[in-house]
Amino acid sequence: MAAYIVRRVLWAIVVVFVVTMLTFFIFYVLPPGDPARRFAGKAPTEETIAAVREQFGLDKPWYEQYGLFVKNLVTGDEYGWPGLGFSYDTRVPVRDELLNRLPRTLFLVFGAAILWAIMGITIGVISAIRKGGVLDRAAMGFALFGVSAPVFWLGLLVLFLFADTGGGPEQLQVLPGTGYVPFEESPKEWFLHLILPCTILSLLYAAFYARMTRGSLIETMSEDYIRTARAKGLSERDVIVKHGLRASLTPVVTMFAMDVALLIGGAVITETVFNWQGVGSWVLTATFNSNLPVVVAVVLLGAVFVVLFNLLADIAYAWLDPRVRYQ
Amino acid sequence: MSIPSSDVLLEVRELDVRFATPDGVVHAVDRLSFSLRRGETLGLVGESGSGKSVTNLALMGLIRGAQISGEALFEGRDLLSLPADELREIRGKEIAMIFQDPFACLHPMYRVGDQIVEAIRVHSDVSKKQAEQRVIELLGAVGIPRPKERIRDYPHQFSGGMRQRAMIAMALVNNPDILIADEPTTALDVTVQAQILELIDRVKTEFDIGVILITHDLGVVADVAQTVMVMYAGRGMEVGRKDDVFAQPLHPYTWGLLESIPRVDQKVSGLRPIQGSPPSLIFVPPGCPFHPRCLHRFSPCDKERPEFRDRGGGHAEACHLSADDKKRLWAERQSRFLEAAV
Repeated sequence: MAAYIVRRVLWAIVVVFVVTMLTFFIFYVLPPGDPARRFAGKAPTEETIAAVREQFGLDKPWYEQYGLFVKNLVTGDEYGWPGLGFSYDTRVPVRDELLNRLPRTLFLVFGAAILWAIMGITIGVISAIRKGGVLDRAAMGFALFGVSAPVFWLGLLVLFLFADTGGGPEQLQVLPGTGYVPFEESPKEWFLHLILPCTILSLLYAAFYARMTRGSLIETMSEDYIRTARAKGLSERDVIVKHGLRASLTPVVTMFAMDVALLIGGAVITETVFNWQGVGSWVLTATFNSNLPVVVAVVLLGAVFVVLFNLLADIAYAWLDPRVRYQ
Repeated sequence: MSIPSSDVLLEVRELDVRFATPDGVVHAVDRLSFSLRRGETLGLVGESGSGKSVTNLALMGLIRGAQISGEALFEGRDLLSLPADELREIRGKEIAMIFQDPFACLHPMYRVGDQIVEAIRVHSDVSKKQAEQRVIELLGAVGIPRPKERIRDYPHQFSGGMRQRAMIAMALVNNPDILIADEPTTALDVTVQAQILELIDRVKTEFDIGVILITHDLGVVADVAQTVMVMYAGRGMEVGRKDDVFAQPLHPYTWGLLESIPRVDQKVSGLRPIQGSPPSLIFVPPGCPFHPRCLHRFSPCDKERPEFRDRGGGHAEACHLSADDKKRLWAERQSRFLEAAV
């Protein structure tokens, strides 16, 4: 197992380097605009642009720039470790801004993940047990709604209804509007500000997980070992919880890790609607503005999370399913 | 040989099981009656879809959405009308089951030992340690080597035969009165089949229980059963002591089954399959359900349902032919069968 993990971590490092290199390459082969020209200000002279280009190292071939990026990443730059350069838009070190934005996104994503895991699995299990019944139909109706309702529309709707800045009925306006309050500032406000965005972000996934859990559990409950469990005289509750869920949640766990990792750089719409100032909205603006250091930093972050959570999912899978462990 | 009726463990009377499906009502078991005694193995024989498995799942209360009627008396209680939680107390404790595919029947993610320990602790309040001790004893008793180590294994680390042994150990762990074995050897290699049958036969004697052995294989019945019940389309066709049924079979369906077994002790001209295929249980032929495939059908067969008649010594069958006709026809079939081989 230890050798396996070491091998996977080494492999992960390779993946992260390939992904960042590809990002660099794409930026230079398909330039959406000249970063130096943007940075040089309004109506710049050619000399200014050339100076900026030289200062940023943009006049060098892409692989040299990439080499410099890797060197800074590993050894650190003038702003500290890991060296990620500075943002062309704000001239603030990427590292500092990332450290400021990452907690916001992590709280949003993990909060949503906890919500959708609880909602999705509960709803999925109830519908699987009451397959074809009223509860099942209601739950699957909710799932259909969750999958098809656009996040930006739902987000604006709940802001209108429940936020004290919205225009809905006053009795409902119990939550703060958009924005983020750091935990250190006020734990209560931090929590209240998280409720709406986490809920909205979790709905789509909750719906998806409910369907997945339902399908998986229904399939498992027709297995022969479920009949054995019943033949032993176990109560139906034990049959479902100990024997059914154990087998049917294994694929769900793998999925869960991947979805959480992908959201770290990808909760763009929710972050925009709730003015969250997280990683997702940051990289969106950076892409429009050819802000290469920010884009590369977020791609790097995303790759690290995906690879890390993938590894966690594999370890969890091996732990949950002994057949994988012994191969 | 008369057996005292107090030894009767299970008395099933007029068991009837129907399922409503989108295509119509499936009449899976039709007024089936039989009894099982302590120390006896009852072989339930029939083709796929003849209602053998459904019969036993119905007795155990493991069928959902079926309409079940009749009686199944076990220790003075009617299994078919017991409340679900009382039946659950009996399941796995007084009546235990093993199934066809021992790999699919064990949970792939739990250790074999833990699964058997669970079976003990559902029904009795013992510590995990004590239960484990009992599991080790039993695994040893059913022929698993080094049981102390093997209880830590997962099912996929066991061979097919070992898994079925583990299932048998799990079934016996609460000292049941009845063991229902549903095609226990069908998924196993031939050599392992014989070992498992021998084991079932041995535990029947050692634990002094009654065994219901469900199989489509008359050869299996010939090996271990004392009583045979031949089923077709959810009905009993012929029942009797094994020796009687094999020596003097009374029902044309049984004749067909016997003729279709490969035999090495007689020189015969290949196998003689029964023509046609078993009926759909939604559209069961009227009268005797076997009449469309029967070589000896005559006027009442497609109209009147033949009732079960005892032909003496507990050997009973449901066929319109007279006793003399049967004797003659079976003799003819046998001689023709042997002649063809010459």
